[in-house]
Amino acid sequence: MLEIRNLQVKVEGKLILKGIDLKVNAGEVHAIMGPNGSGKSTLAHVLAGRESYEVTEGKVTYLSHNLLELPPEERAREGVFLAFQYPVEIPGVNNVYLLKAALNAMRKHGGLEELDAMDFLKLVKDKMKLVEIGEEFLYRAVNEGFSGGEKKRNEILQMAVLEPKLAILDETDSGLDIDALKIVAHGVNSLRSPERAMILVTHYQRLLNYIVPDHVHVLSGGRIVKSGGRELALELEARGYGWIEQEAAGAARAEAK
Amino acid sequence: MTAVPMDRLARERYLAEFSELEARLPGTRLPWLAKARRDALERFAETGFPTTRNEDWKYTNVAAIEKRPFPAARVAAADDAVARRAGELALDGAYLMVFVDGHLSLPLSRVTGLPTGVAVQGLAETLEARSDLVEALLAGESCSNGFEALNLALMADGAVIYLPRGVALERPVHVLYLATRDGTASHIRNLILAEDGSEATVIEHYAALNGTASFTNAVTRIRQGNNARVEHIKLQQESPKAYHVAAIQSLAGRDSRFTSHSIALGAALSRNDISTRLDDENAECHLNGLYMAGGRQHVDHHTRIDHAKPRGVSREYYRGVLDGAARAVFNGKVVVHADAQHTDAHQSNNNLLLSREAEVDTKPQLEIFADDVKCTHGATVGQLDPDMLFYLRSRGMEEAQARSLLTYAFAEDVITRIKVAPLRARIEEFLIHRLPEGGSIKELL
Repeated sequence: MLEIRNLQVKVEGKLILKGIDLKVNAGEVHAIMGPNGSGKSTLAHVLAGRESYEVTEGKVTYLSHNLLELPPEERAREGVFLAFQYPVEIPGVNNVYLLKAALNAMRKHGGLEELDAMDFLKLVKDKMKLVEIGEEFLYRAVNEGFSGGEKKRNEILQMAVLEPKLAILDETDSGLDIDALKIVAHGVNSLRSPERAMILVTHYQRLLNYIVPDHVHVLSGGRIVKSGGRELALELEARGYGWIEQEAAGAARAEAK
Repeated sequence: MTAVPMDRLARERYLAEFSELEARLPGTRLPWLAKARRDALERFAETGFPTTRNEDWKYTNVAAIEKRPFPAARVAAADDAVARRAGELALDGAYLMVFVDGHLSLPLSRVTGLPTGVAVQGLAETLEARSDLVEALLAGESCSNGFEALNLALMADGAVIYLPRGVALERPVHVLYLATRDGTASHIRNLILAEDGSEATVIEHYAALNGTASFTNAVTRIRQGNNARVEHIKLQQESPKAYHVAAIQSLAGRDSRFTSHSIALGAALSRNDISTRLDDENAECHLNGLYMAGGRQHVDHHTRIDHAKPRGVSREYYRGVLDGAARAVFNGKVVVHADAQHTDAHQSNNNLLLSREAEVDTKPQLEIFADDVKCTHGATVGQLDPDMLFYLRSRGMEEAQARSLLTYAFAEDVITRIKVAPLRARIEEFLIHRLPEGGSIKELL
């Protein structure tokens, strides 16, 4: 579904991603882990189309598309969804109307009939149970005055309604207490399906206790330095990131020779 | 021989006009008024229109008004086009006064069913029949610049609203000023007298027939007694060729509240001076404003709040949206006098620049002479938030639509403060139409 080859990205003139290779198939859940500043969030945002990030090298193929050529809105309509680490507050824009517009933009793009207000509301209320979010959230401005946990649940609600093909969750666990984390994880797990791929970007192993990944990758210094199964995440929890960084540095030295 | 300077030509033109009109201006039989008019004219003859050398007019050049003759519009019967336009603009549920080129049109107005003692009438008829109502206000008038002086000398009509003690006017008064003739001036003077404990909402609405290149010179004086509440809404949507200068001044008594909304959308050049004096203890004022300009429009707001007595509260909230090569000026002066302890004043001015050529000069001006006060202010000038734009686009929204939506939401934050629902809806509709993707954002609000 997604193939990233030698992706290099500059942010404000500084090279942050230094050649990422990653292949994600439908039905798989990949966790991208790594220390702060390793480029995890940059990767998530570049896939969603953040324009201030400059791609200097590489190619990203999503389904049959050259993903990097599509503007963010087209990626969204093609089924790419980014759950933000810091969902943006947008005063004056109604939460549920935005969600309806988002869903209908996708449906229209896919040749489906747009949902009317009644059918849409039925769908949303159904999905709301999944993330235990109250109806009052629907009619407030997008994320305005939401607590950290409410914002994250709102992101998962959007994801549940939009049913993306590729969901990228950027540090969805950050700032959540254990109860909120369980709710969010439950929401994500119920969306796992053989047609859908997920990329979980996370600093901590904690989330992976609840959402069990098929593959774990460690990002360090702008490169994927180690890939493995779920056990890699557990090892990281036990040993920290230090040893990986040393191993990577050693490998780089060997390569240089 | 040297050429006669433009400002002198303008002065001579208006002096000549005054001599010609004087005998026909309303209230000629009143000696105090004749004196007030002559004094004002003398003042204008001395100063002329303000120039950019004057600090308060530094960014607003009124040479275009000075250069061109704008003789005062004469009274004329409203034709069908004017009547139709007035009908379209009239607000549901409001008392309606319609001024055509500065003169009250009785056939187009409807002010029936007023509570006992309340007066809603034209200045011209008031000067002829009830001059006692307005004498104190006009005879004691001090004009702060050439426009105000010219207005006092030449004022022909305006709205007079008198609220006796304790009367609350439930329906708003919609005062609609229609400019219909090119190259004419309307010197409008409005007087609002709110006795102790009275309450009213007044909408000054300046509009035009398509493309009228007129000059509006309006002055509004408001006097509020103790515990009186006046909600004043000024909506300026004159034609893009019009010139508009307006001064609103309110004097607020003990425990009173003055709320002003200034929504400036039209005119080639517009200038608003809005000043409030919290003249007794525990008075409160709220000044809200939205200016939206594009093309080569120029829009200037100069506000002034005088905290004269203790425990006054003022809240000022202005926003601007500038596109094209538009230019905006915001100057917010707050003076806390020595006597005004426990003043609580807050001011903010936020500007959104949608193009590289658009420009804004914003300046808070705080002068504090009391020591136990709380005064804050903040001004911002910026573009649409890239994080918000990206968030909306990542949810499948077209960029142009996202831009329009965020611009609307920014402006709407001022409009929501207007309590008159049909007027609010009218302004929202106007904003939506003005935005490039307006139609498509409607269902998102």
